[in-house]
Amino acid sequence: MEMVKRPLPAGFTKIAGDSDTEEYFINMGPQHPATHGVLRLVLKLDGEIVRECVPHLGYIHRGIEKQGESETYLQYIHLTDRMDYITAHQNNHSVCLAIEKAMNIGVPERAEYIRVLVLELQRLSSHFMFLGCFGGDMGAQTALLYGFKEREVMTDIFDELCGGRLTFNYMRPGGVANDIPANFLDRVRGLMKTTRVAIDEFERLLTGNIIIQERTRGIGILTKENALAYGCTGPTLRASGFSYDLRKDDPYSIYDRLDFDIPIFHNGDCFDRYLIRVEEMRQSIRIIEQCLKEIPAEGPYRSKEKPSYRLPAGSYYAATETAKGVFGTYVVADKGDKPWRIHSRSPNLANLSAINEMVKGHMIADVIAVITTIDVVIPDIDR
Amino acid sequence: MDLSTSNIIGDLVRQYAPFSWVAAIVNGIIALVAVMAVGVGPAPILIWWERKVAAFTQARLGPMRLGPWGLLQTVADVLKLLFKELITPRGADKFIFFLAPALPLTASFLVLAVIPWDHNLQVANPGMGVPFVIAISGLGILGSLVAGWASNNKFALLGSLRSGAQMVSYEVSLSLIMLFVVLVSGTTDLREIVVNQQGPFWHWWIIKAPVLGFVAFVMYMISATAELNRAPFDMVEAEQELTAGFHTEYSSTAFAMFFLAEYINLVATSALASTFFLGGFLPFQIGIAGVDHLLMLIPGFLWMAMKILGLITLFMFFRWTYPRPRVDQLMMLEWKFLLPANLILLALGAVFVAFGLIIP
Repeated sequence: MEMVKRPLPAGFTKIAGDSDTEEYFINMGPQHPATHGVLRLVLKLDGEIVRECVPHLGYIHRGIEKQGESETYLQYIHLTDRMDYITAHQNNHSVCLAIEKAMNIGVPERAEYIRVLVLELQRLSSHFMFLGCFGGDMGAQTALLYGFKEREVMTDIFDELCGGRLTFNYMRPGGVANDIPANFLDRVRGLMKTTRVAIDEFERLLTGNIIIQERTRGIGILTKENALAYGCTGPTLRASGFSYDLRKDDPYSIYDRLDFDIPIFHNGDCFDRYLIRVEEMRQSIRIIEQCLKEIPAEGPYRSKEKPSYRLPAGSYYAATETAKGVFGTYVVADKGDKPWRIHSRSPNLANLSAINEMVKGHMIADVIAVITTIDVVIPDIDR
Repeated sequence: MDLSTSNIIGDLVRQYAPFSWVAAIVNGIIALVAVMAVGVGPAPILIWWERKVAAFTQARLGPMRLGPWGLLQTVADVLKLLFKELITPRGADKFIFFLAPALPLTASFLVLAVIPWDHNLQVANPGMGVPFVIAISGLGILGSLVAGWASNNKFALLGSLRSGAQMVSYEVSLSLIMLFVVLVSGTTDLREIVVNQQGPFWHWWIIKAPVLGFVAFVMYMISATAELNRAPFDMVEAEQELTAGFHTEYSSTAFAMFFLAEYINLVATSALASTFFLGGFLPFQIGIAGVDHLLMLIPGFLWMAMKILGLITLFMFFRWTYPRPRVDQLMMLEWKFLLPANLILLALGAVFVAFGLIIP
């Protein structure tokens, strides 16, 4: 058989002394059951061992940022729902913070508590989805269903709160869109009880499991230096031993008043990235329980609404700590009711960009372990 | 109880056939139909059962809409599969591509043919039953091996390479465990292995061979899970890694055949496990005369079916509970742990037999 010498795919570098006949390329995605969306990874393989991994993006690019330039600030909020749809509330919050910062809009006490409640519920629901997908991607399909089962309860609560189950569009500059329903607090209180049990259940199912440990310990190590160099944030960074959480380091909303810890792990492998999320869920429960206790019974849920939001000329940046990392909104305003340029800094893009450092030298199965533990959501990467 | 074998149907055909070759052909067809009925018949029910077991594990209902308890769901699925387009990928080796799905089916049918279903219910009873089973089950590997090669797809190729390595490796420990049973029961005849376990349930090999029997059974179940390519050892398919492994490119009936073969294989492997360790078609007896007589009223093939169903359910619980190890860890488990353990088991079995601790 005649061997055809093919050029290297885009993004790969030829290493001297590397023989082309022994290594081959495989396209993992864009249609693949475990890439959590239309992510395309070109893997350079030596047998089953990954030598190099280059992610290719753009399969779900919708031009959200460009679209944002022709829509008012309020309309842009709902577009951020479509980025990381697992942490929609937190994305919304980031845009609202930017607008509030630019226009000096105050937020009523009660609205802040509602916001933090919703944000932390969102973090829990995102992490439950992570736990489920983590188990599912490791081959334990049942865990996937368990994760969704727990998340479903929170989705129901959000449904009653704002009518949306995935794209909420609940945050508004100066507060939230509507007041919480009468039974909201009771439902959340009840949820906290079951959630604690559910987290313990997951720990029993996954943490002690010998197969999970063998699959994830020492796999996909992201060093602290690499994590910082690639701009990784969120649990991915904190599992590498660097404590950086906007809720503590640059507190927004009422996080500085609440008592909670930022868990930190040091190995930077897949197992630590899993453990840190479990720990974060426990901290979220702590935050929610404090909010439930301290939330004022009476009060406005939103400061006075403006007919239109015209930001003073200048550039503004506000960031929130979503379940995936730092989600920032950068606005360049020109006095109009629409942004001149609006940009979202998405945590997933930075986290994914470090994937080559993590999977190099591991096997195909470990690529999946890495993808699932950095918890990427593809629409957030492409925007 | 009469333990002698008789071939009623075969003798009847021979008696009324005009020539001996007619009898041979008619008997062959009857045997084929019987094996197919035993093999293909339970498959749709098992697929339904698998979904129900999965649903039970995952705290949901499973199929409920079609027929009572969703029993007709599998029928609908099979019909859907049959009406799909049969796609041959470009550059595929067509002959091998379509030959591949037939191979695992053939292997499982051949294994089913030698399994004793009752005292007088067995298609063929070769004296070398166990070596026959070992030899035939090697054929099943060939199916997934060539399927991946012929598909002209890298994911499929990776899957088939994994299957080659995995199934050949686990074949070794599976064979060693079968040899252990041969050693303790002193025969390679599958029917005699069963008859050797006559008596109350502690006469089954799983208990009768002290400790060793249970260890052998556990190792058999582990190796069989790997041999069957079922989760948690489904590296060959590994949905999350290789999309669908060796049958990535298969659609319609060709895929249905792989799917069918998986379940028939499940029946065959569980039937073997039941034969070796759980007294095969012998009724479950507890040593109290009255109860035993009642239990004996249930015919042997039903006992066999119940034992098989129990084992299959166990396999299904494995599948829906455990995460999947990595491919190199699986090979390590076989060569560094199971194989030495099996050799020690075999040696201990020989010692036990020599000192009369196990009476065949």
